[in-house]
Amino acid sequence: MKNITLILLFLSTAALSVLQAGDFCHVPDTIAGDTCDSVLSYELAEAVVAADRWPDEIIKPRSIEGDRIEKLNVLSIADAIRYFSGVQIKDYGGIGGLKTINVRSLGSQHTGIFYDGVELGNAQNGIVDLGRFSLDNMESVTLYNGQKSATLQTAKDYASANTVYLYTRRPRFTGGKRNNWNFGLKGGSFMTVNPSVLWEHRISDRVSISTSAEFLYTTGRYRFTYEKYRTEGGERYGYDTTGVRQNGDVRMTRAEVSLFGDMDGGYWKAKAYFYDSERGYPGAVVRGEFVHQDRQWDDNFFLQGSFKKDLAPWYSLLVNAKYSYDYLRYLSDPRIDVTTMFVDNRYRQQEAYISAAQQFKPFGWWDLSLSADFQWNLLDSDMKDFVYPVRYASYTAAATAFRFGGFRLSASLLYIYIHDVLRSYGADVEDRHNLSPSVMASWKPFKRTNLTFRAFYKKSYRMPTFNDLYYTFTGITKLEPEETVQYDFGAGWSVARDAGWFRGVELQGDIYFNQISNKIIAMPTSNQFRWTMMNLGYVEILGSDISARAGFRFGPVDIALTESYTWQQARDLTDPSSPWYGGQVPYIPWHSCSTVVNISFAGWSLDYSFIYTGERYESVANIPANHAQPWYTHDISLGKSFLFSKWELRATATVNNIFNQQYEVVKCYPMPGTNFMIKLNFII
Amino acid sequence: MTAVILAIASAAVSCRKAEPIPPPDKEHVAGGEAGTVKGFFLLNEGNMGSNKATLDYFDYTDGFYMSNIYADRNPDVALELGDVGNDLGIYGGNLYAVINCSNLVEVMDARTARHKAEIQIPNCRYMAFDKGYAYISSYAGPVDINPEYRRGIVVKVDTLSFQIVDTCTVGYQPEEMVIVSGHLYVANSGGYMAPDYDSTVSVIDLDRFEVVKTIEVAPNLHQMKIGGDGMIYVSSRGDYYGYQSATYIIDPASGTVVRELPLLQNSDMAVYGDSIYVISHSWSNITMDYQTGYAVFDTRSQVTVNRNFITDGTEKEITTPYCIAVNPDNGDVFITDAKDHVTPGMIHCYGQDGVRKWSAVTGDIPSHIAFTTQRLSDL
Repeated sequence: MKNITLILLFLSTAALSVLQAGDFCHVPDTIAGDTCDSVLSYELAEAVVAADRWPDEIIKPRSIEGDRIEKLNVLSIADAIRYFSGVQIKDYGGIGGLKTINVRSLGSQHTGIFYDGVELGNAQNGIVDLGRFSLDNMESVTLYNGQKSATLQTAKDYASANTVYLYTRRPRFTGGKRNNWNFGLKGGSFMTVNPSVLWEHRISDRVSISTSAEFLYTTGRYRFTYEKYRTEGGERYGYDTTGVRQNGDVRMTRAEVSLFGDMDGGYWKAKAYFYDSERGYPGAVVRGEFVHQDRQWDDNFFLQGSFKKDLAPWYSLLVNAKYSYDYLRYLSDPRIDVTTMFVDNRYRQQEAYISAAQQFKPFGWWDLSLSADFQWNLLDSDMKDFVYPVRYASYTAAATAFRFGGFRLSASLLYIYIHDVLRSYGADVEDRHNLSPSVMASWKPFKRTNLTFRAFYKKSYRMPTFNDLYYTFTGITKLEPEETVQYDFGAGWSVARDAGWFRGVELQGDIYFNQISNKIIAMPTSNQFRWTMMNLGYVEILGSDISARAGFRFGPVDIALTESYTWQQARDLTDPSSPWYGGQVPYIPWHSCSTVVNISFAGWSLDYSFIYTGERYESVANIPANHAQPWYTHDISLGKSFLFSKWELRATATVNNIFNQQYEVVKCYPMPGTNFMIKLNFII
Repeated sequence: MTAVILAIASAAVSCRKAEPIPPPDKEHVAGGEAGTVKGFFLLNEGNMGSNKATLDYFDYTDGFYMSNIYADRNPDVALELGDVGNDLGIYGGNLYAVINCSNLVEVMDARTARHKAEIQIPNCRYMAFDKGYAYISSYAGPVDINPEYRRGIVVKVDTLSFQIVDTCTVGYQPEEMVIVSGHLYVANSGGYMAPDYDSTVSVIDLDRFEVVKTIEVAPNLHQMKIGGDGMIYVSSRGDYYGYQSATYIIDPASGTVVRELPLLQNSDMAVYGDSIYVISHSWSNITMDYQTGYAVFDTRSQVTVNRNFITDGTEKEITTPYCIAVNPDNGDVFITDAKDHVTPGMIHCYGQDGVRKWSAVTGDIPSHIAFTTQRLSDL
């Protein structure tokens, strides 16, 4: 009898979960205009391709949202973003290994990462570790080449060559509920355990609060193998050595509290974010040194707020503000490993940021906007001979957008002014200022056919970081900002069907040409301890991104297919007299692609993903000694949602790198072989 | 359309193959030449953390240059030569390579370049040989209460058993050493304590294997050579503030600094007869450029007789002069160019007339040369 009840329960849940899955994961974001577009994709059954997912964007972004994020069952943003075309993730391996994004070969410091509308900064080195950001409370992860088309945005939204927007979940309450709870537990290989809790509470009709917290621990241990051999006269010569990746442990706690408020013609939101972690540096695996001992402690804290209101039908205002404090301690202790140098340095960064953006709409077809941001950064350290830099930066942007029938045009001009003060010298450093324009256009020639052509031009600058400029030893170097110029031409076509087995297809393709000049490069001096930064490099990138999505429905079975392919030729044209002139930039594959297949049936969800990174070189000297083999991994994930009257249970099991490929993304940093992860969510 | 993309993608992608052992590159660079020196080995540092230390060989008899011979001749040594080659020497028919970040000294048969032994010494730096023993300097001395100030050691190794027989604590971050009449002179850098560099030379009595004297010289000492006049020439990297890189002369008889050569900036030096060849390469924040020098110091007249011994103007083609060596037999001067440290370097051979004879592509950061009187086998 009990069994029958259980089966019945199973069946009814299965049926219900199909209907409810979309509901739960998505609440139309009527507040933040910038995520508004994602509504469309949620409301259609997940396997179906939307007619145009981003009707307001001239340059179509790549995005992953709600339901798909849930199903990915990965730990970090980096693991989700790698499926996007044109993207390379530099991954030092394991859960704790540094993961940075490189879009269209421009380098990680040219990609701005925005967390709920405000940029995550690192004045010290300009690097944001995407491995730190959990997917746990994320609603969408969206990558824009160039910039968003919206005119009501901060000046910093215009500042990076490419931008990734991370939006955390907004609370949503169905059927008069006042509270939502989501208890999650992830665990699996590398002794990983990751409990999390989310509590959303409706304070009033217009105000809600969301609190989320998670803890993660992993030993980061995994087996890796290096194997090299040659065959000579039937005999095999070579080696095959196996080790265990060590000192890759991570202990992390994250807590966030967000307030969301609604008002007529606008919204406000506020967030407090806290992150605390301790981790080991797994380090390079080299002969004689498989195990490292150095460690890092991080504390990050920020407070941020946004306010947006349409004060008149023709005038809107957006204000953002942020304060952040980042603490980092690095310890290398010869008492643990006699080979190392003693280093125990603490770095404290502070940032204060305020932005005001206003938009004027003189006519329905014309937008004008003006935004001004001011940022203050301060870096303290107990390093010897430290210069104690302070940076005052101002960003001012003017933008305009037109729309005439199927033709759209937007243009912007950004002015950056940077003033650094070195407190130890009491001296001011020469100011830096730059002007960077952008123009984007799209054209939809036919009313009924969803075919769009687009193009953009954008110039952007990466300001030298504190490390580039003031790292002790090198003295004060005269560095210009790194400059990038992007040209892009693309087209997109999509069709959606409401009935039949074919539910739609979306195709996007772009050809681009990028130039990076004044590239900041570390140049050695006669002393191995002493490098100097120079504006030396010039790189040209010619590339193409192609992506396709298709949806099918066979009876109760939904199938969604996503394909992406990238071709890139990134040539280093720094020194014509160099024998390596024109060589492919290190770690940029000529070919890379990914495939994701999702099959859903009666509350079950089966995901298969494949990622391929083609051959590349570890140095601009494209010679056999620097050749890196292609790598590719197959991951598979099975999920099921069980719905009960008051609560829901979701379970997902994932196996990554099914064929146990032993590979490296970065030389001497082996990646994990086959590993698994289980995720349980208990939702009330 | 998806099918088309798939087709394009599958045409473009290729599969992973077994990781090959790269064969050495062999290049004819010079005409054949006879002499007692049959050739030399060159150790390439490789950038730190990339496990790219490699070994090259030049053969005088046939005049060819072979790069990356170690992996080819030792396919069964896991992870090849290792990370950051720091010194190279031949003693008793064996070729010794100090692999700094692999924390070992690789011992090979000098005739075959095949692996013989591995001596594990943490953070090993330089070598000197005497009476059947190898002396290896290492940063990894005992850790005191304050781990920031940590002395280095010199490790004594039996060259027959390749076993460590003794250690002796010296100054901070010891570098190159020379041996004069039963005494080992160690240049201490203090590189880990910047800007509080060490400025001393430790003198070890090899019979007792203990420090018997400490000579005050200048901050951040690095290299040491014995000149034709029997004096010890030691280089300082300078402290990048008040002290510039310079060369100092120590009289081993009195154990004192007898002369300072502040104008002889020194990033590497080599002795040939009564000459000391000195290269310098340092960055100046004033001129925003490198200052490069190719000087010759005459140990008899005690003057710098030449500030640029390259006579054919080819020094302009050298980006980052890194290492210098002179063939004791015929006086050929070898200068390596480390370029940007992340791509293969170059080696240039100059005659005594300062005219370039030949050049060859090396591994990454060509840094140490050891001449051999035995020709390498299986060429």
